Amino acid sequence: MSGRVELAHNALGRAVPTMVNGKPQIPFLGVGKFQPRGRKAAPPICSTKDYPDNGDKRIANLETALRKCGLRDGMVISNHHHLRDGDKVALMALEAAARIGVKDLMWFPSASFPSQKGAIELMEKGVIHHIEGSMNGPLGDYCTQGKMRGMGVLRSHGGRYQAIQDGEVHVDIAVIAAPTADFFGNADGSHGKSACGSLGFALADSTYADRVIVVTDNLVSFPCVPWQIQGNNVDYVVEVESIGDPAKIVSGTTQITRSPDRLRIAELVASFLRAAGIMKNGFSFQAGAGGIALAFVQYLKQMMKEDGVKARFVRGGSTKFLVELLQEGLTDYILDGQTFDLDGVKSMANDPRHVATSPFTSYNYHGKGNFASLVDAVVLGATEVDVNFNANVVTHSDGRLLHGIGGWQNCLFSGCTILALPSFRDRIPVIVDEVTTLTGPGEMIDVIVTERGIAINPRRTDLLDAVKGSKLPVRPIQDIKVEVEKICGGKPARPKLGDRPCAVVKWVDGTVLDTVWQVS
Amino acid sequence: MSSGVDTTSSRSGQAGHWGKEVRSDLHVAFEARDSGGLEISLESRVAPYYGTAILEQAREVLAELGVKNARVAIHDEGALPYTVGARIEAAARRAGIGLGKRWLPEQHPLPGPSAKERLRRSRLYLPGSEPKYYINASLHAPDAVILDLEDSVHRDEKDAARILVRNTLRAVDFGACERMVRINQLPLGLEDLAEVVGESPDLILIPKVERPEQVVEADRMISEIKSRNGIIRPVWIMPILESALGIENAASIAAASENVAALTIGLEDYTADLGVAKTVEGRESQYARARLVNAARAAGVQAIDSVFGDIGDMDGLKRWGEASRAMGFEGMACIHPGQIRVIHDAFRPSPAEIEKAQKIVAAFEEAQTKGLAVVSLGSKMIDPPVVQRALKLVDRAKAMGAIS
Repeated sequence: MSGRVELAHNALGRAVPTMVNGKPQIPFLGVGKFQPRGRKAAPPICSTKDYPDNGDKRIANLETALRKCGLRDGMVISNHHHLRDGDKVALMALEAAARIGVKDLMWFPSASFPSQKGAIELMEKGVIHHIEGSMNGPLGDYCTQGKMRGMGVLRSHGGRYQAIQDGEVHVDIAVIAAPTADFFGNADGSHGKSACGSLGFALADSTYADRVIVVTDNLVSFPCVPWQIQGNNVDYVVEVESIGDPAKIVSGTTQITRSPDRLRIAELVASFLRAAGIMKNGFSFQAGAGGIALAFVQYLKQMMKEDGVKARFVRGGSTKFLVELLQEGLTDYILDGQTFDLDGVKSMANDPRHVATSPFTSYNYHGKGNFASLVDAVVLGATEVDVNFNANVVTHSDGRLLHGIGGWQNCLFSGCTILALPSFRDRIPVIVDEVTTLTGPGEMIDVIVTERGIAINPRRTDLLDAVKGSKLPVRPIQDIKVEVEKICGGKPARPKLGDRPCAVVKWVDGTVLDTVWQVS
Repeated sequence: MSSGVDTTSSRSGQAGHWGKEVRSDLHVAFEARDSGGLEISLESRVAPYYGTAILEQAREVLAELGVKNARVAIHDEGALPYTVGARIEAAARRAGIGLGKRWLPEQHPLPGPSAKERLRRSRLYLPGSEPKYYINASLHAPDAVILDLEDSVHRDEKDAARILVRNTLRAVDFGACERMVRINQLPLGLEDLAEVVGESPDLILIPKVERPEQVVEADRMISEIKSRNGIIRPVWIMPILESALGIENAASIAAASENVAALTIGLEDYTADLGVAKTVEGRESQYARARLVNAARAAGVQAIDSVFGDIGDMDGLKRWGEASRAMGFEGMACIHPGQIRVIHDAFRPSPAEIEKAQKIVAAFEEAQTKGLAVVSLGSKMIDPPVVQRALKLVDRAKAMGAIS
């Protein structure tokens, strides 16, 4: 990065850059305040005459495919994280680009994982200029130490779709890892030795990128059924030995937390939904695959059985625990954005009620509605939350990048957004005066559930009324904060952060919500 | 700081734990020296937030212990202040420094004194050298917590554990839980008493009691420390009978002091003493448990059952608890918070029992107001012992929250 970065204060008072990687930015204006205009981006018009008559788009290797796609300096190359930490395709593509000798690529993954730390070497060598996408572990440290040449841009899953759709990010070449595909490019994620479930994260890239390459380790005869990616959007198909390490793609079994304190939090969340009357026939909820969220599902399931309540749909991240709800008739559908364990993958492959969804259907804010805002309740985590319910999910309190945003921001639009968190971790209070990095505005966050009590956003007088008279430990958030600070031996010191932006956090509408500062 | 002038006569000591798997603890390496002042180094996963606070506290603790010249290396894993103080104190004492002195953390307001007859359905064991379990223990709402200095603490860690337990009794909010300490078998247990009684535990569990004199000895020491510290609230005693001889002497042990509030049994040691295997059904200890219940009731104290060791078997725990209640026990111990609710359910009288008891109590009260000597319910006359049992059951059910 060079030169001084001009900053502006957005609607929540956060200082944000007005230019990011050479593009002008709109500071966050408030929830629902930004009005998009114009038309969506579009890929070039292609003609069938330029593609093989027999539909066979296979190319010997990825390097040749990239050359044929016209890879050159400064292009945007994208990958997707449906193979999670087991993915081999992203580095395969980036290393092929390095061999071709191009420089200054923008790598645009839907999320990056620790196993992709090889990207650091490619940044050092100048192959990659910068990353726009979630960065954690070694990549996050590289970014927050200010070593990346460009600025990181953190987007939610819906925000990534929105950015591609709106033309904020133009993908030159998308490289899609496919657990099953045919030579035409139809691709599916729920079958094959590297099966991962949904390929939804690659949908936007497959429809808006200039060029699309499908990489598979399970080529089947045309047609590949079902197809989650349409071969009609695909330029080339590359067959490889292995697209990923199955052990790291999905876990064999997902583990419920065994910590009594976390189990208590999970049970309080479920009890809250019951007491508030949200858990009723035909309701819907979403919970992730973290230890608390999984335990929450088990407690809620018990309560649903006791009260004879059935859900209309649940949204995944699916795991065996959601699959059991489906199989036991406690929900009509699973609408699944990504699949975390083998039971989830099998269920999606075999049960038509377990439906693969995408960031377009679930999360995209610049569309005619999305599923996330139809969900009655969502249970999420956070690294910090302040007394005004603003929350941080991307950085640790010391300013280091820790997590991507994932679908977190998009889920805040549910009917009741619940953050389930321990009130302190390793002596570090979770409820703070001001979050290090604002990822979710407090007006969107309704309930904080900790082991020491439940804090309801004062804006939600309806929820406060609904649980009045229950035995739940409902307390003002300030109360919990004071108690925890006493336990921890006073307020924590605030780590000193640098004054140089190294990444920005986008809101779901593409405006800039906050800045991640270089860690000194 | 110069190192050319020190350490020829250094004495050193270490205490606590650190490492990737360790939470809420710290390790302190203490090295006394003759000059050179204090040299404190700190590595901590919470350094950006509490690094300054930890160093300040270390200086305060060392000053309190009268340490002027020492090298102190702290590896902190997010320990809370009462643990930080305890580990520094333990390391210094192991170096032979600061003996007879102590640093005490800020006093959390003491809860009200504990009643001899209070509800003791569940008591949660907390190992005396594992500080990570203490701060949230009361959230799981056992009737009592036991800070354990005996079997869960390695013999080389007894000295450090009793300092930690002392600080914990003083600083940690255990809410409505009765605060119990299990000391070591006498005579080692007397050293435990010397460290912890000053912080007003509600009850002391004495392991492996076989003779009433052991209870008398501990009781005398507790009284001495109490009067020296001006403590007037009760410190109850629960002897643990863990041998054939202890069971044989149950009645005299229960009656050894008016401070004995309950008798309990340790089945691992008891079955070992008999030379039989401990089973899930517990038939081998049927006699001992029945005798203990009888002896306890004869002395007017509570009978409390042992632990159920398999934390994965909630059905087995439920069966054990229900059988235990049917025998006359009023509670049992737990080794995992997940057992608490199961135990409370097992010891809760059934709705039918409560309803019947309430009817009897109502009939009794009616007879009282009418000045009648005989209590009758419908066409039946109710015997006085039945009335007494009903009164107690209703009282207990209220305490358990089973009726309002």
